[in-house]
Amino acid sequence: MVISLFITCYNDALFPQTGQAVVTVLERLGHTVEFRAAQTCCGQMHYNTGYRHDSYTLLRQFLEVFADAEVIVCPSSSCVAMIRDHYPKMAEQLNDPALQARVAAILPRIFEFSELLTDKLGLTDVGAFYPHSVTLHASCHGLRSLHLGSKPADLLKQVKGLTLIELPDADQCCGFGGTFAVKNPDVSAAMLSDKLQCVLGTNAEACAGADNSCLMHIGGALSRQRTGVRTVHLAEILASTEKSS
Amino acid sequence: MSVHVGEAASALPFPEAAKKLVANSQLRRNVRHATNVIRTKRGRVVAEMDDWEQLRDAGKAIKDHTLAHLDEYLLQFEAACTKAGGQVHWARDADEANRIIVDLVKRYGSDEVIKVKTMTSDETRLNVALEAAGITPFETDLADLIVQLGEDKPSHIVVPALHRNRMEIRELFMGKMGLDTLGYQPEDLAAAARNYLRERFLRVKVGISGANYLIAETGSVVVVESEGNGRMCLTLPDVLISIVGVEKVIPRFEDLEVYLQLLPRSATGERMNPYNSIWTGVTPGDGPQAFHIVLLDNGRTKVLADPESRETLDCIRCGACLNACPVYRQTGGHAYGSVYAGPIGAILTPQLQSMEHSQTLPYASSLCGACYEVCPVKINIPEILIHLRTKVVDSGHAPLAERLAMKGAAFAMSKASRLSLAHAFARLGQWPFNDDGKLDNLPGLLAGWTEFRDLDAIPAESFREWWSKR
Amino acid sequence: MVVQAMTSREAVLANIRAAKGGPADESIPRLYSASVDLSPAEVVEQFADRLHDYNATVHHCTVDAIPATIAGILQTRQKTGLLIPSGLPPEWLPADYAFRRDEGLSYADLDASQGVLTACDVAIALTGTIVIGHSPAQGRRALTLVPDYHLCIVRLDQLVATVPEGMRRMAALLPAPLTTISGPSATSDIEMIRVKGVHGPRTLEVILVG
Ligand code: SF4
Repeated sequence: MVISLFITCYNDALFPQTGQAVVTVLERLGHTVEFRAAQTCCGQMHYNTGYRHDSYTLLRQFLEVFADAEVIVCPSSSCVAMIRDHYPKMAEQLNDPALQARVAAILPRIFEFSELLTDKLGLTDVGAFYPHSVTLHASCHGLRSLHLGSKPADLLKQVKGLTLIELPDADQCCGFGGTFAVKNPDVSAAMLSDKLQCVLGTNAEACAGADNSCLMHIGGALSRQRTGVRTVHLAEILASTEKSS
Repeated sequence: MSVHVGEAASALPFPEAAKKLVANSQLRRNVRHATNVIRTKRGRVVAEMDDWEQLRDAGKAIKDHTLAHLDEYLLQFEAACTKAGGQVHWARDADEANRIIVDLVKRYGSDEVIKVKTMTSDETRLNVALEAAGITPFETDLADLIVQLGEDKPSHIVVPALHRNRMEIRELFMGKMGLDTLGYQPEDLAAAARNYLRERFLRVKVGISGANYLIAETGSVVVVESEGNGRMCLTLPDVLISIVGVEKVIPRFEDLEVYLQLLPRSATGERMNPYNSIWTGVTPGDGPQAFHIVLLDNGRTKVLADPESRETLDCIRCGACLNACPVYRQTGGHAYGSVYAGPIGAILTPQLQSMEHSQTLPYASSLCGACYEVCPVKINIPEILIHLRTKVVDSGHAPLAERLAMKGAAFAMSKASRLSLAHAFARLGQWPFNDDGKLDNLPGLLAGWTEFRDLDAIPAESFREWWSKR
Repeated sequence: MVVQAMTSREAVLANIRAAKGGPADESIPRLYSASVDLSPAEVVEQFADRLHDYNATVHHCTVDAIPATIAGILQTRQKTGLLIPSGLPPEWLPADYAFRRDEGLSYADLDASQGVLTACDVAIALTGTIVIGHSPAQGRRALTLVPDYHLCIVRLDQLVATVPEGMRRMAALLPAPLTTISGPSATSDIEMIRVKGVHGPRTLEVILVG
């Protein structure tokens, strides 16, 4: 299967290793990965902050780039949620039936990374090896918008050597919320400190997740407080094998 | 006409108010404890309902339908209520409602009133108006009494004094009720309130209430409560005056069966609250022999006018979104600067005030979606928050630095080639702050971020650069 | 004053008419359950269970045993009599106790009483709710409110399982005022600790008859 990678703007710049991991996993499974260089951003930050008009441009651009892609994978639950939840409404706001039709046509072909593996490819065991104790942060968009449910955990449970430790209060937001963390730094920090207590309470070596934006937030505090606990994207765990680690 | 919502027009911006509140460890403890208790109880009694989702669907559909025919249902209510002996008044804004009520109390010759929890009267600041006219209002809901005696502000729409613990309340009661001794168990404090209010219930001739529902078909009014103070205020005085937002009407008596299932389970985690009172106009020989109802607009029709956010008016004030909200759970209600706190406050207050005030409230959310998930009438609060943010931006009220950053980002993202250039610039720009791969002291918009967290330095190679070399 | 009131009424209505959208989807989905699959015995058991949950005391007896059951309760509670509404069936009352009919008693009289004995109109098992329609066997609203003790007689034919079933019966009682009672008055306003008994009767006791 030819799978088109939508890396997302922040993964492209800040977390290239996540994109590389997605490529590694999918190629290991025998698929062809393509990367369309004209892609940029889904528009989530602009849309959620109130800059709707800027996000319209990005929506059109996304549709342009991926119009004929057979299957699109994106290693960011919040960006997939943006596309799935908001693109139809945005096209409606623009009062453009043709655009609405194009959005409707592309939605069934977009998958968050763990969705692609479990739903589309029907896999939970991707032959990974990761000899560490890991806890899993659910991410609000993955939980309440994509309803990922147990999909990320199902994948981790099949990883050889990995000990999965349940995160208490997993349904609680970490306090990132995009520009929320910047506009309301004190509340965001208070939410983050609750999340950190839960993560540290598990005694896991790493906190995994399907969205680097939350992980950047949690990881930033784990680092600042010199906890010695790291964050890692699900894809990077799944990319790791006995040979590579 | 001038709409005001409590004192929200002069409240501090949310981030500033919140900064102070998150530093108050006692408050955070109290709020967390209270919201945890209700959340747990709610979860239990909601889980035992197999048809919860169907009830939510019905609850939402009835409200949406009512809003589409609001004038007709209000007129139907007015006719039925009047026929049953009630007197219906209409008020365009808070001041007008207060004026109507003050005139009525004076006309009936009373200089005191007993009140049962009505947030709508907090919204209009009725107590201030009454006091200015020489009329003493006695709040009778235990939490409202705590707030009133403490000259405090409500911090939750269902349990307004949840920010106070028993020792704080004991001290307050001893001082204000003139008691030499008082236990500190909740039972002791509730008993003190009972004694303090008993004589007032039996004596005061005018009662003031809000209402949870108005039934168009029958002209009935419904008040949902727990302590029995509501029944006291609705039953014992000679005169009853209810102040009610126009959105509280529902078409049929039958519709009540939906809300009497949704509301108690969502609000307090009970299968049913101890008391519901339903009355229709005046009943000879039973209860107040004069009944007035004031139907209040105060900005509601402007909320109705916006199709993208009018579902805000579906709210049944259960408070579930507050208890679920991770932001509210950190700050408590006072940060919202309004009688309406939490997620519903963040969307309702700015809309009532035509977006002229409280413009930081739509941003007081991480958009985590927990509010939408629990809302018994399925109000898509995150969606409305985003819509209101758009209004803030479109009206030119967003901070300049943010607007520039957003414009810059939009420009960079509009073409992949520009994005690559932006990566290069960012990498160049970060070097003064790069401390061994971590950015820990950034200026400007990101200062708040690096006050509490490190940021990984931007990698030397972006994904697209890696890919192009493959 | 009258002119002013008319103006506001017209203004609010005009605002609404200008603001409301076109007719929304007119069909309201009512797919929730109006009834449950419980046997009559299970319904009774659930009702008693819920009342226990609320800390209300529950007794069962037959019609003939009502007076004896009331006498037993009064003896246990060391009461010499109760207030009763004017229409309460006299054959329910045990001898040797003082029952005073509410014929315009003052609030002070109600407040000073040992409690009140009434019938009810409807009861709902799923929520442990008693509905009082303030007919002659239940009296005016103040009668079941001001006294600190309420003894209520519920006939099994008045008991339904669900809230929708209860509401259908309540609709028939309108326009009489309706009070639903689910356990004694209570508050959780202080640290979310449930305190039972605030302003309404602090003790609720129920006799299930049939
Ligand atoms: S918005 Fe929904 S959850 Fe929040 S108070 Fe209103 S009805 Fe309850």
